[in-house]
Amino acid sequence: MHPIRKKRLTIVLFLLAGLSIAVALTTYALRQNINLFYDPSQISAGEAPVDVRIRAGGMVEQGSVVRDTESLKVEFRVTDFSHSVPVEYVGILPDLFAEGQGIVAMGRLNNQGRFVADQVLAKHDENYMPPEVADALEKASKSNGSATAGGAKPATY
Amino acid sequence: MYPELGQLALILALLLAVLLSVVPLVGSLTGRDNLQAFARPLASGVFVFIGLSFAILTHAFLTDDFSVAYVANNSNSLLPWYFKFSAVWGGHEGSLLLWILMLSGWTMAVAVFSRRLPAVMISQVLSILGMVSVGFMLFIIVTSNPFDRLLPNVPMDGADLNPLLQDFGLIVHPPMLYMGYVGFSVAFAFAIAALINGRLDAAWARWSRPWTTVAWAFLSVGIALGSWWAYYELGWGGWWFWDPVENASLLPWLSGTALMHSLAVTEKRGVFKSWTVLLAIVTFSLSLLGTFLVRSGVLTSVHAFASDPERGTFLLVLLAVTIIASLTLYAFRAPVVHVRSRYGSFSREIFLLLNNVLLVSATLLVAVGTLYPLVLDFLDMGRLSIGEPFFNLTFSPLAIAAGLLMGVGVFSRWKKTDAGWLARKLLWPLAVSVLISTAVMVGYGGFTPWAFLGIFTSVWVTTATFWDLWDKSASRKGRIHGLKRQSRSYYGMVFGHLGLAITMAGATVVSNYGIERDVRMVPGDVAELGDYQVVFKEIGERRGPNFTAQYGSFDVLLDGKLVSELHPEKRQYAVAMSVMTEADIDGGLFRDIFVAVGERISDDAWAIRIQYKPLIRWLWLGALFMATGGFLAVSDRRYRIREPVARSTTKPVSDPTDVQGAAGAVS
Repeated sequence: MHPIRKKRLTIVLFLLAGLSIAVALTTYALRQNINLFYDPSQISAGEAPVDVRIRAGGMVEQGSVVRDTESLKVEFRVTDFSHSVPVEYVGILPDLFAEGQGIVAMGRLNNQGRFVADQVLAKHDENYMPPEVADALEKASKSNGSATAGGAKPATY
Repeated sequence: MYPELGQLALILALLLAVLLSVVPLVGSLTGRDNLQAFARPLASGVFVFIGLSFAILTHAFLTDDFSVAYVANNSNSLLPWYFKFSAVWGGHEGSLLLWILMLSGWTMAVAVFSRRLPAVMISQVLSILGMVSVGFMLFIIVTSNPFDRLLPNVPMDGADLNPLLQDFGLIVHPPMLYMGYVGFSVAFAFAIAALINGRLDAAWARWSRPWTTVAWAFLSVGIALGSWWAYYELGWGGWWFWDPVENASLLPWLSGTALMHSLAVTEKRGVFKSWTVLLAIVTFSLSLLGTFLVRSGVLTSVHAFASDPERGTFLLVLLAVTIIASLTLYAFRAPVVHVRSRYGSFSREIFLLLNNVLLVSATLLVAVGTLYPLVLDFLDMGRLSIGEPFFNLTFSPLAIAAGLLMGVGVFSRWKKTDAGWLARKLLWPLAVSVLISTAVMVGYGGFTPWAFLGIFTSVWVTTATFWDLWDKSASRKGRIHGLKRQSRSYYGMVFGHLGLAITMAGATVVSNYGIERDVRMVPGDVAELGDYQVVFKEIGERRGPNFTAQYGSFDVLLDGKLVSELHPEKRQYAVAMSVMTEADIDGGLFRDIFVAVGERISDDAWAIRIQYKPLIRWLWLGALFMATGGFLAVSDRRYRIREPVARSTTKPVSDPTDVQGAAGAVS
């Protein structure tokens, strides 16, 4: 083969090799690390897989936060005003965590239907509503007619 | 009155930018020198009026002019003056104005520092920068005017700056980052100009190299500052979250790093031309993509301010126009690669090519992880997120591979390197690296494969870099003379590579040997943290200029001896009605001790986060080294000496009249 052609071929092969390694790594890692979002209604209806790392979100139900005084364990319920799901978490909650706030939690659903969170996210702005939560609330309020309990409504953002 | 003047200045700048993007370009294409002569004055004009507009907005902030909506939303009369100053870029409109200020500053700099360039080149480069400015000025004037008034109902006081942003980090992080982001527009403009007039030669690479390097150095510092800020301000001790906004800044950095190396090959050896041009286009497109992601509101994070669909659409159109136009030009004009110079399959060229493959793979990977959830969401195919493990799992091997390769690459020679010679050269550095990294692992106690690979790679890069420096500085007139004889750009490379090694060492050690504990403490409690003990003494009240705080007092002990006293706070900002956790950190070169107060659990018990972070400062120290390397390389004398008008032996690779078809360009 002509030396220049040969060189080009090597270059192309290098590029292809790099690209395929990247693609292989990416797909492998993607398959393991995609976290799907479920809202409280879906979880109550049993649509969410058990013991798989997922994200769940909604509003923290008024009056549902129970804090263990001897450890960092916290229990609360997350609601979309049509269904609610019990959540437990051990650790420090974000500054903006409060009853009536929209949150997103990462964790696993156990077989008693409790969501064991390893991470709770409440965003940096008190007017902010996680988009997933806003969607979930909208969906739930549609299926419920106009019932929005608790006086809270999805913030416009 | 003043705000209207600011608005007027902005509009005048837009008009001048329109002229800048047309007149010199037309002059260069028709060969009319009198039109080309407008390039520099117009570039200065844009800069002056944008500067004026920015100064007026700053004035509105410093004088608490709450009749300006943007000031009312992002400032407050109680804010200390330096935060009023930095609040100028604390929201959407102002940060865009900063973006444009940077862009016009870079344009101005090109006009000033490129006296030696041919008139055609400079006119085209400035025209293209003018076009980019037009796009962004239209965006700001049409969708995000910072000078909109709240008349006649002027609020009594402002809504305050988001407390997270009331920090030294906000003063320095965005300007540095934007300097980098926007700086890649210069490399882009040079690439497009080269495509337009078909001059893709070594001279072109030499002209765009220093600009790319400076932009890259600023971006490195900007990203590091962002990471540092996240660490002490909002991260509860984390330093990189693979958050889409962080990734948005990492993407142009990765491809910019590739560009910098590929430009070196193009300048020195005249090869990889098409590839280099493509990288320049891609890098700036990624800067624009980053701006789109952060500014359009498709992401929700601390960086995404109140969003508005019109803005997103505008930015997306701007992004699409830039990418489509430049890639079309590329397809038609990229030269057929006439490789005049030969290089063997085992040469510095090949090592730099591999570097590019790895960096581009890393760029693609981060792009996929960042954009995939957004695209899926946009197509209504479900909401999902891609977690940190994805990035850690895929990015780390590439980073390690790049590091291992770098150690070999620094010894390699242009054209051809003898494999046996290279292997013998590497033997000692390899042995030394294995010894040192094993010693480090034993020192930190605990072996994990990833930790070993990370530490080994950074020691390997360091050893190889110094070994090469030692080799090169050998001189009959003595070592000092030999060291002095090396060029600044060589020292630039040394610093850049050492910087990467330092950052890698920091990242590896802190991820593998750091300790994080969340504990419930009452005053008087002692918590163990590795070899340290953290004593919770008391918690009281404190009043700041615009907040009240719970003020904790902790002692950090090592073997019973007091190391430091820390005072983390939990602040309540009255105006914005928000709570902020201010961690307190005992920082050091080899370890940080981090204490943050969480929520109150019962009357006297608090949730406390304590962390031991070994070598965390190295993360950012490495970035400083890299940036220093960049600035050293740019100060090399070959960029300063005046050369006789270059009569390059190689003719321009493609003749402007010889328009290549897309198919031809790929070969």
